[in-house]
Amino acid sequence: MIPTIWTWLTSAQNWVGSFGIGNRLAQHVGYSLLVVAIAAVIAIPLGLWVGHTGRGRWVVSATNAARAVPTLGLLFALALWVGPHIPGRAAFVVPSVIALVLLAIPPILAGTYAGVEAVDPAARDAAKGLGMTPRQVLARVELPCALPLLWSGLRSAVLQVIATATIAAYIGLGGLGRFLIDGLAQADYAQTAGGAILVCLLALVADGVLALVQRVVVSPGVSGRRRRRRGIILAPGKDMGHGNVAHTTRA
Amino acid sequence: MGWLSTHGGDVWTLLLQHVWLAAVPLVIGLLVALPLGWAARRWRAAYPILVTTSGLLYTVPSLALFILMPLILGTRILDPINVVAAMTVYTVALLVRSVADGLGAVPEDVRAAATAMGYRGFRRLLAVDLPLAVPVLTAGLRVAAVSNVSIVSVASLIGVAQLGNLLTDGYNRAINGELITGIVACLLLALAFDWIIRGIGRALTPWTRA
Repeated sequence: MIPTIWTWLTSAQNWVGSFGIGNRLAQHVGYSLLVVAIAAVIAIPLGLWVGHTGRGRWVVSATNAARAVPTLGLLFALALWVGPHIPGRAAFVVPSVIALVLLAIPPILAGTYAGVEAVDPAARDAAKGLGMTPRQVLARVELPCALPLLWSGLRSAVLQVIATATIAAYIGLGGLGRFLIDGLAQADYAQTAGGAILVCLLALVADGVLALVQRVVVSPGVSGRRRRRRGIILAPGKDMGHGNVAHTTRA
Repeated sequence: MGWLSTHGGDVWTLLLQHVWLAAVPLVIGLLVALPLGWAARRWRAAYPILVTTSGLLYTVPSLALFILMPLILGTRILDPINVVAAMTVYTVALLVRSVADGLGAVPEDVRAAATAMGYRGFRRLLAVDLPLAVPVLTAGLRVAAVSNVSIVSVASLIGVAQLGNLLTDGYNRAINGELITGIVACLLLALAFDWIIRGIGRALTPWTRA
């Protein structure tokens, strides 16, 4: 079995053309980036606002509760009810994108909110004492301090989207999921398993890249890395590494 | 409602199947995660290794894991064992951290008091540390349960029967009643799991209500 999967993965003809692995991979990455970008534009400002003002916490609870909706059901419901109202090929893409955005919002929102909420009140007071306006406090103190948790929410959203985009191939979305769904339909296990391996690798690489980016964007004063390097304590020991608030539901 | 009134029996069978596929991995997963989480707490070097490994396992997309399980286990592709094994992997991945953090959250003076009272080793773990870790464990289990119920429904795409069949069939044949029944049944099942685990957690920690 494994040799046939290897043959499928390594044969050049499976990699080229619009139905080839190269194009499917590009589609998968493209849809995932688009979806996470839309979700981030909605969820990050909302999370910052809820965390900063302390108002509208119910929004966070409500989106968290909504995670109990089965992802497969959400995809099918949108495909069945929204799809027919959209003309042309977009009828296959738009319902999937909406479903994926809805799934990506809760982890980003929860991460952002939890990050702002966990900011040391003393840091906030100090910023006010320095004469910062509320807007400056948000942008220069709360956002940088919230970044580790925000980022872990973003990472878990990306994994969720990559996994669910695979399933969305069932309702006609392009991407690597095509190999899994079409392979299952044709009882072609080499193609199915080959596609599954590619999806796993994509998820691992995406998570790895985001972990590296996190090291760059998170201030050393917040992550505590500078402290270790210089051997002196600059920030009080607050471990805000890859948090566990956002790792919740999966597809 | 019309669809459900004529298909109640089928829904019940699929529901029981779903309960089995979601609950068994929860129990096995907890039993596997307890010693692993304890080891992560006991040996400093084990913590990052175990937490990183479980994080990596958690990145594997569910449909891909279902499909690759036969390769790892040598089972047939339609075997429900693949789903149970995959769900157990996810449960362990989530719970190792909960167990480790839960045991780590036991206050040092409580531990010292227990030792002074003659509790030591395995007996202290069972009688003192583990009960005090129950709230953190329950929180982890609740997340795992809700997530399991949702992920199990994906198994209908590889032909393993459970409530996800209502979703797939309802979509394929455009039967709204069937699709809605499937979604609502999954939601109610997730709520039921959540409620039961919370109840067990409360029953095990009577002191939190004192």
